[in-house]
Amino acid sequence: MGKTIAEKIFDAHTVDKPGGDIVVINLDAVFCHEITTPIAINDLVARGKDRVFDRSKIKAVIDHVTPAKDSKTALQGKTLRDWAKRHEIKDFFDIGRNGVCHAIFPEKGFVRPGYTIIMGDSHTCTHGAFGAFAAGVGTTDLEVGILKGVCAFKKPFSMKVEISGTLGAGVYAKDVILSIIKTIGVNGATDRVMEFSGPVVDHMTMEERMTLCNMAVEAGATSGICPPDRVTVDYLWRFIKDDYSSKDAAFEAFMAFAPDADAVYADTLKIDVTTLSPQVTFGFKPDQVRSVAEMAGTPIDQVYIGSCTNGRIEDLRIAAQILKGKTISPDVRAIVSPATPEIFSMALEEGLIKTFMDAGFCVTNPTCGACLGMSNGILAPGEACASTTNRNFNGRMGKGGMVHLMSPATAAASAIAGKIANSEIFCEKSCDRGIKG
Amino acid sequence: MKNFSGRVLFLDRDDINTDEIIPAKYLTESTKGALKPFILEDLKLDGFDPTTDCTDRAVVVTRNNFGCGSSREHAPWVFEMNDINMVVATGFARIFRQNMFNCGMIALTLDPETIDHLFEQYKGTEATITTDLEAMHFTIDNNLHSEKIPFKVSEFDLALVRAGGWVNYADSNY
Repeated sequence: MGKTIAEKIFDAHTVDKPGGDIVVINLDAVFCHEITTPIAINDLVARGKDRVFDRSKIKAVIDHVTPAKDSKTALQGKTLRDWAKRHEIKDFFDIGRNGVCHAIFPEKGFVRPGYTIIMGDSHTCTHGAFGAFAAGVGTTDLEVGILKGVCAFKKPFSMKVEISGTLGAGVYAKDVILSIIKTIGVNGATDRVMEFSGPVVDHMTMEERMTLCNMAVEAGATSGICPPDRVTVDYLWRFIKDDYSSKDAAFEAFMAFAPDADAVYADTLKIDVTTLSPQVTFGFKPDQVRSVAEMAGTPIDQVYIGSCTNGRIEDLRIAAQILKGKTISPDVRAIVSPATPEIFSMALEEGLIKTFMDAGFCVTNPTCGACLGMSNGILAPGEACASTTNRNFNGRMGKGGMVHLMSPATAAASAIAGKIANSEIFCEKSCDRGIKG
Repeated sequence: MKNFSGRVLFLDRDDINTDEIIPAKYLTESTKGALKPFILEDLKLDGFDPTTDCTDRAVVVTRNNFGCGSSREHAPWVFEMNDINMVVATGFARIFRQNMFNCGMIALTLDPETIDHLFEQYKGTEATITTDLEAMHFTIDNNLHSEKIPFKVSEFDLALVRAGGWVNYADSNY
């Protein structure tokens, strides 16, 4: 009987089966940030177990509140910084070099097909774009990961999500995943790994696959995952060229984690995106999704382009293309947060930052800040935000605020219109959708 | 082992998320104890007042997909700090459920019919739950009605509860 990607990865990493359907796996990487890790560190110190299982497999970043906004966040940063120094964790990214965790870790080449990764952050599923099993966990799982290099999961059942058709103008990976979550609901993939495949996924860039996998958790999934392929090899090549004789050799090695043709899936969802239009959320749950056409004219106070979902260079290019030569409505304020310093630098060199600033955007440093209402863009009660982030829970960006999730194109179009607006009206035929083929 | 018996708090809604259980602005705290006053602060639920309704409760009974959203273990911790160590629901988000057992707490899944019955019979009354982990049932009682509700907890989850959580378990096994 054939195996899914997740089954192959689990088979290669099983340490123990302590009963029932539980599998304890060893970990190739443990990622850390300053919000959920300090309590794990403090507990390890209190237990007299201030150790790390393998300092080369631990990567850490200060990204949620940076620069620190008060004494408490300064202490969280200090706790992580001191710990990283104490244990000689080389891959630690502090202010000036720090970016949103799920953007900076792939950018540094820390993910490989077949890897097992945990982090105390629910959007860790983003890294599944590389054919890895990557899951968000709580602080206790993180603590055990840091100390022992293992984590326990239920045996992974996979949901096959087969995406076919052709994406229309102004329609992006974000619209695809919003549409999928609308279809299956916020718990439609609970205890499942969503395995994304099909011609649309095959033609997606790694950035687009990350957007897709990033929001798998919003459908309740343990992780999202894409089959590794030549796109994966091309993205990772600069990091792995010393490990393989050629790209073909790397591709062959990565194929060990491709799903078998006769793999058995718990569920299958087939969608054709040919007629899909831009999507946006309207309520306090990520499955409350409507077409932008239906929501056009909905008032907004703020626009936010950034986060681990859509703060990558392709996202900024798409938004800038729509904003070029235009100014945002005087009725809204707009913020853009390039997700990493490298993205920020590229955006500077390409003139995107000037486009954003000329349009009237506030440009911030790389941070998760506004997405979860921790810093840099919190809403006042009664305000609404057109946002490229991943979660629209009540109070998410600030008590009493409303978040409408959408693609960078729709967010840019909404900034110009001063209300939710369809990017298609701003997007000429020449507009690069970011999707090849 | 923690205490899994006492007065019940009924939360009659699906998809109660981690941001409603404990908003992100409190994640700047470096101790579990500091979270205590902020329990369910942003919960959208008609007639619910977190400042009074969470006092002297030990068990939450709720609906489906409880704890969806963030990986923040602050969500179970804010219950733990308020002496609520057991949540009974139709279903849980994976990370929240795992976090509960990782803390030596209990996330108990019952079928929708049983949950419906508990709400119909006991919501709005002074109901208490007394849990017997050995016999795998709890007794719910409100002075008018009393009944035993059987449940299942896997051996692994039970081992975590008995060990006082995943750190202790992993430390002695790996």
